[in-house]
Amino acid sequence: MPALGADMEAGTVLQWLVKPGDAVKRGDIVAVVDTEKATIEVEIFQSGVVEKIVVPEGEKVPVGEVLAIIRADGEAAAPPPAEKPKPAAAPPSPRPAARPPAPPPTGEQAPAPPATKAAAVAPSVEKPKAPPPPARPEHPRLRISPLAMRVALELGVDVSKVKGTGLDGAITRADVERAAKAAAPTPAKVAAPEAAPKPAPVTPPVEAPKAPAPPKPAVSPAERQAMMRKAIAAAMGRSKREIPHYYLSTEIDMSRAMEWLRAGNLKRPVTERLLYAVMLLKAVALAVREVPEMNGFFVEGAFKRSEEIHVGVAISLRTGGLVAPAIHDVDKKSLSEIMVNLRDLVKRVRAGVLRSSEIADATITVTSLGEEGVETVFGIIYPPQVALVGFGKIVERPWAAGGMVGARPVISATLSADHRVSDGHRGALFLAAIARILQEPEKL
Amino acid sequence: MTDDEIKALVLGELKKIAPEAETGGIDPAVDLREQIDLDSMDILNLAIAIHAATGVDIPESDYPEMTTLDRAVAYLRPRIKK
Repeated sequence: MPALGADMEAGTVLQWLVKPGDAVKRGDIVAVVDTEKATIEVEIFQSGVVEKIVVPEGEKVPVGEVLAIIRADGEAAAPPPAEKPKPAAAPPSPRPAARPPAPPPTGEQAPAPPATKAAAVAPSVEKPKAPPPPARPEHPRLRISPLAMRVALELGVDVSKVKGTGLDGAITRADVERAAKAAAPTPAKVAAPEAAPKPAPVTPPVEAPKAPAPPKPAVSPAERQAMMRKAIAAAMGRSKREIPHYYLSTEIDMSRAMEWLRAGNLKRPVTERLLYAVMLLKAVALAVREVPEMNGFFVEGAFKRSEEIHVGVAISLRTGGLVAPAIHDVDKKSLSEIMVNLRDLVKRVRAGVLRSSEIADATITVTSLGEEGVETVFGIIYPPQVALVGFGKIVERPWAAGGMVGARPVISATLSADHRVSDGHRGALFLAAIARILQEPEKL
Repeated sequence: MTDDEIKALVLGELKKIAPEAETGGIDPAVDLREQIDLDSMDILNLAIAIHAATGVDIPESDYPEMTTLDRAVAYLRPRIKK
């Protein structure tokens, strides 16, 4: 179970998208995991072949627990798990030892251990003649809100057969309920199958009588809210306790940037228009190159600088709470690419489906509350990151330049940074770099 | 398109953009951003969706016309008919 954020202690495997024997390559989405904050598509960081699914769907396990065994490319296959229902063989341990808990998000977390050792295959869990799990549909890319997924689990709806009507075909709660209603299983769903312990939540609704019991009752939206608040409180509490924050603020003349954006957007088709937010993200990423101590993690008593610049974007949820998934390699991307990434990210955040790398990889976070009318944001660093940049609303202000005073669009940029890693001087240089970079928008 | 059809179109697209928002009780005269917490990304997505559905290209400078349902209908009515 990968650590999907500083505040995560455990996760529930909602669904496996691969099965033993499947070949996987780095970056493939192999499972869907439910956390306090969102439903996360877990990507694999190791190419190979799925040897064994260790944690079944519906089971909640702590961070660090082995979810599956992947045989790395070129590695000899371990004895096929199906051959070993030998009750006599005392299992070395019921499950491979859990990895050390919650490694910091270094960008290299593997959701499953990279190499297969024979001992890592836990034989004890095997049931000699367990009925084969119902054919699980393939979901190359699942678009379903966490709420919808939970309702589907509860109602035993096969989400692969549900037509999504949400954004980009995302399956919504209403879609699931409609599907459940359409399937209209007879109320005689009582015939609970013989103690089949493996929950197989995604089962065709029409075949209800044979469906194993769905995993666990879904949490209500209110419970989900409470869980998210708790997770945010834990991370922010830890940040305030452990990180000696310092705060800096500056005002940036946005006239050039906004004029350049306006002129460019006039020429762009509506589908390719940019929001000014992408200029801010790119400017932060480029400024990080100049002041790299803003970018990385403070772990085990030391700062570990990140060579890659993955900008976490704080995105609020309409139902309350927020997440800050990462856009990767922002410094190397064009504004159009960042815009595409941002649109996709916002859509998926609000549909409740994120990827593990997006949750775990951010090396610095940007938050903007300008749309809500706030002029200045003093953010709290998301541990173990070491800096957070806040942007407020763009407002017209009197601005003196070259002996002339005029009205200009101005944005407030703030920096919350970790004093264990940098000081005010470097922080000031960082904010100054952001301001300077935004004066040459054509170079972004 | 009639005003009701335009309104239904806009509401339908808003529902897709903000499925978690309660669009049923929207007051057509009140700012959508306040009622269902739309942001600039949502407004852009609405412009894209309306363009796909009707062919009307809403320039960025006209996004404020999309901020209430009534204004959106008044803005789109003559343009859709063209």
